[in-house]
Amino acid sequence: MATILAVDDSASMRQMVTFTLKGAGFDVIEAGDGQEALEKAKGANIDLVLSDVNMPVMDGIELVKNLRTLPDYKFTPILMLTTESAGDKKSEGKEAGATGWLVKPFNPDQLLATIKKVMG
Amino acid sequence: MSVDLSQFHQVFFEESNEGLDIMEAALLELDPDNLDSERIDEIFRAAHSIKGGSGTFGFQQIADFTHVVETLLDLIRSDQFKILAEHVDLFLRSVDCLRTMVTQSEQGEECETELSNSLKSEFEDILNGRESGASAETQNGGEVDANDGQSDGARGWQIFFRPSTDILRTGNESVRMFRELAELGDLEVDVDASDVPQLDDIEADACYLAWNISLFGEATKEQVDEVFEWVVDDSELTIEAIDIGGVGLAEASSSNTSEDATSSAKPAPVVAEFAPSQVVAEKPQTTAAKAEPKAKREAKAESASIRVGTDKVDSLINMVGELVITQSMLGELGRNFTVDKLPRLMEGLEQLNNHTRELQESVMRIRMLPISFAFSRFPRLVHDTSKQLGKHVELELMGEQTELDKTVMERIGDPLVHLVRNSLDHGIESPEARVAAGKDEMGKITLNAFHQGGNIMIQIIDDGAGLNRDRILEKAIDNGLVKASDNLSDEQIYDLIFKPGFSTAAEITDISGRGVGMDVVRRNIQELNGSVEVESQSGKGSTFTIRLPLTLAILDGQLIRVGSDVFIFPLVSIVESIQSYDQMIHRVSSGCEVLRLRDEYVPIVRLWDIFSIKPDSEKLEDGLLVVVEGDNMKIAVLVDDLLAQQQVVIKSLQENYRSVDGISGATILGDGTVSLILDIGGLIKLSGVSRAEYKKHVNEDDSAAA
Amino acid sequence: MAKQTEIEAPNNDDGIHAQAELAEQYLTFYMKEEEFGVNILSVQEIRGWEAVTRIPKSPGHVLGVMNLRGTVVPVIDLRMSFGLTDLTYDDATVVIILNVECSNSNKVMGVVVDAVSDVHNFSDKDIQPAPELSDKAQGQYVKGLGSTEEHMVILLDLNEGLIQDEKALLSIH
Repeated sequence: MATILAVDDSASMRQMVTFTLKGAGFDVIEAGDGQEALEKAKGANIDLVLSDVNMPVMDGIELVKNLRTLPDYKFTPILMLTTESAGDKKSEGKEAGATGWLVKPFNPDQLLATIKKVMG
Repeated sequence: MSVDLSQFHQVFFEESNEGLDIMEAALLELDPDNLDSERIDEIFRAAHSIKGGSGTFGFQQIADFTHVVETLLDLIRSDQFKILAEHVDLFLRSVDCLRTMVTQSEQGEECETELSNSLKSEFEDILNGRESGASAETQNGGEVDANDGQSDGARGWQIFFRPSTDILRTGNESVRMFRELAELGDLEVDVDASDVPQLDDIEADACYLAWNISLFGEATKEQVDEVFEWVVDDSELTIEAIDIGGVGLAEASSSNTSEDATSSAKPAPVVAEFAPSQVVAEKPQTTAAKAEPKAKREAKAESASIRVGTDKVDSLINMVGELVITQSMLGELGRNFTVDKLPRLMEGLEQLNNHTRELQESVMRIRMLPISFAFSRFPRLVHDTSKQLGKHVELELMGEQTELDKTVMERIGDPLVHLVRNSLDHGIESPEARVAAGKDEMGKITLNAFHQGGNIMIQIIDDGAGLNRDRILEKAIDNGLVKASDNLSDEQIYDLIFKPGFSTAAEITDISGRGVGMDVVRRNIQELNGSVEVESQSGKGSTFTIRLPLTLAILDGQLIRVGSDVFIFPLVSIVESIQSYDQMIHRVSSGCEVLRLRDEYVPIVRLWDIFSIKPDSEKLEDGLLVVVEGDNMKIAVLVDDLLAQQQVVIKSLQENYRSVDGISGATILGDGTVSLILDIGGLIKLSGVSRAEYKKHVNEDDSAAA
Repeated sequence: MAKQTEIEAPNNDDGIHAQAELAEQYLTFYMKEEEFGVNILSVQEIRGWEAVTRIPKSPGHVLGVMNLRGTVVPVIDLRMSFGLTDLTYDDATVVIILNVECSNSNKVMGVVVDAVSDVHNFSDKDIQPAPELSDKAQGQYVKGLGSTEEHMVILLDLNEGLIQDEKALLSIH
């Protein structure tokens, strides 16, 4: 079973994402910010990272940069959960090494469709 | 798969309210002249989360409004916009507006958009004003797709795709994209490996291939674009419509592929065939519509929930664990009991007793919240109000972690607001007056909470002018509360401000007036079985001290007996209990009896009479008079006997019955019987001694005596 | 373990389908010589009569409140609500603890009756509408008449009128 690391500082978003993914048969590890995500990623065998961009402590961009320096996460798909606002620069995420993005607001079906795109 | 989004609504509401609190606190600390980027980030993130959540969970009005708030915040964050004090104010008003919208959503109501729309246009004016100056900057956003016209009539797409060599390092894979394309139609893929370098130069994680892809079918340009959405910026990508013009599909494809194959130096034709699998349908509208009515129901059901710290839950679990161990020990003992095991049985029962008590305390603690929940609104209130009054006031919060029962917390908010407003309005002087008095221009209000002997104390301390003893006395005499001849101590004079009828219309200001007097503050606090007092020093300031019980679930009670019935007085309401003597009883003209208690006259109420109970004796001199105070009035209640004082757990009478005049609730005594708790205000009403009448009697009596 | 599930499986089918006809169970009890019934789903438990704590200023049929495992529950003498007199409280007197549907929330209350009788099944066809009753209080609670082979049972649908003042009750009608 594939494991997904879901990173968001918003508890409601995290719950929604986790609930949807678990319902679709994924294992989910949750983290509330980039730092926590990075620590959790180090010990785990994660197949996909879903991360919010704007977060306290360590934001999504920094998380991607840090993950890509880890040998285990060189090729792991990382999807950024962005909004259309200027605050979330997609290009910045891409430069940092993110695979792609999913634009908020999204619903569970859109989330699963996007994940399917990456995981098959 | 359908996920019921309404199940996340409650978390979203809680989180939004927290976010709004964070925004408000950070905005209040924000100094526009000396911007702290951490604070701005904090504010931005909170707004950003609310926008994301509200959009996701279907609260469109909130999302729309937060969007403009966030846009301006983002500009400030990236130093593209200079924030001024007036903008802080606009943000604060937006926080208030959002709070209302969140509450409305939580209660399942439609959001009112009148205010948010007007605020939104204020934001838009600011944003537009800025844009007209730097319009070029934002123009880039709109992408014009020249190719779009071709999608009509196209029967397929010819795609050339050469990704950046780094594509794999972003976790993207070409195969994934082909798989996606295959879902859009029939696919033929030719690989172009012409750029693969010499073996020595190959980097293991780089991609050197390019592909020629033919996609046949009804797919639109948008669908194809979407497949390459994440990589289009750093790839060489052309997407051209395969023209029909009467050319058969098979011919078109074969000619294309053969051309490509021959032009490639090292042709390695790979025809990938993917079965188009089921496309997941997107139905955002229906999901949202379904979620709504459910949300309404849930919001109501869950509004009574409390968030409990995990440490408290853990301690409960530990306690239950201990209880289970004791229980199994006792069970074991019971199965093979012999008399010589009696000491162990006693020991076990003692343990059980301890654990049960601890468990009870822990459960009670679950309802306890730090008072910071009640204090949190004051920075804003002091900020706004002092500005309005033209005063400079600093607010200090102390003891914010002091815990208080949730129900008490909810009901102490209004009295606290009133007292703080009062201190701002009447306590703290104008800056000029302060300077003239040799004080710091900046006044100070301190909110302090602490525990003292099973009570929680909340103090509102100001360093203002203090209460004006003479003016209070003068006014009280004018209003007929006291007589000029009365000899009152300073404390008694200060206490007059809590008397009904003290506050007059003349001094009601917008700030502390609002038509509510200090008497209402005292009554509200008394309803919580608490008390409020004031100390004051002329020129130095005043201190209001509120004393509250830790919880409303438990009450210190005085058991009393009338005939065979036992009732309970809340201990806080009891002034004193006395054996009555003839010379203390006055019969006033209307046949009503009053007790002369030092310099006061207190109406006598016979409990047996108003409750229609048969007492031991109907005579005043056979019983005891319990002097109690409630609703700012004292009465002397005749009872047969005083019994024990004990803590009682308050049970609702309304839950299964209904409210009863003169009774505030019930409790279960040690012997398992139910006993009723008396409500002083209710007793006063039942006895028919109205305040006005009582005063009249007292006055008549006084004039008769004079 | 595996064997257990095998045994359980066939049991599931039988009994349930046999009861397809919509019959509801009623707990019946006596007040004077009359037999009454309440839907058994509303019955929480049956207890012997014990002294209650009187509530001042309450209507006569509200005897008081009792402690039901930590909850304060009113006890109503249903016989008084139905205008019966010469009441006795003895060993046979029971308190039926009922869950009564009220406008805001369900309330738990105890009703005092002379004795508990039986449990009967009544389907819709066994229930006739109640005749016009002269007694207003009764009219408020009687749902219909259920007939068994040998006799009639007055089926009740108790509501929050039980804990209202007699005065309030009269003003409703």
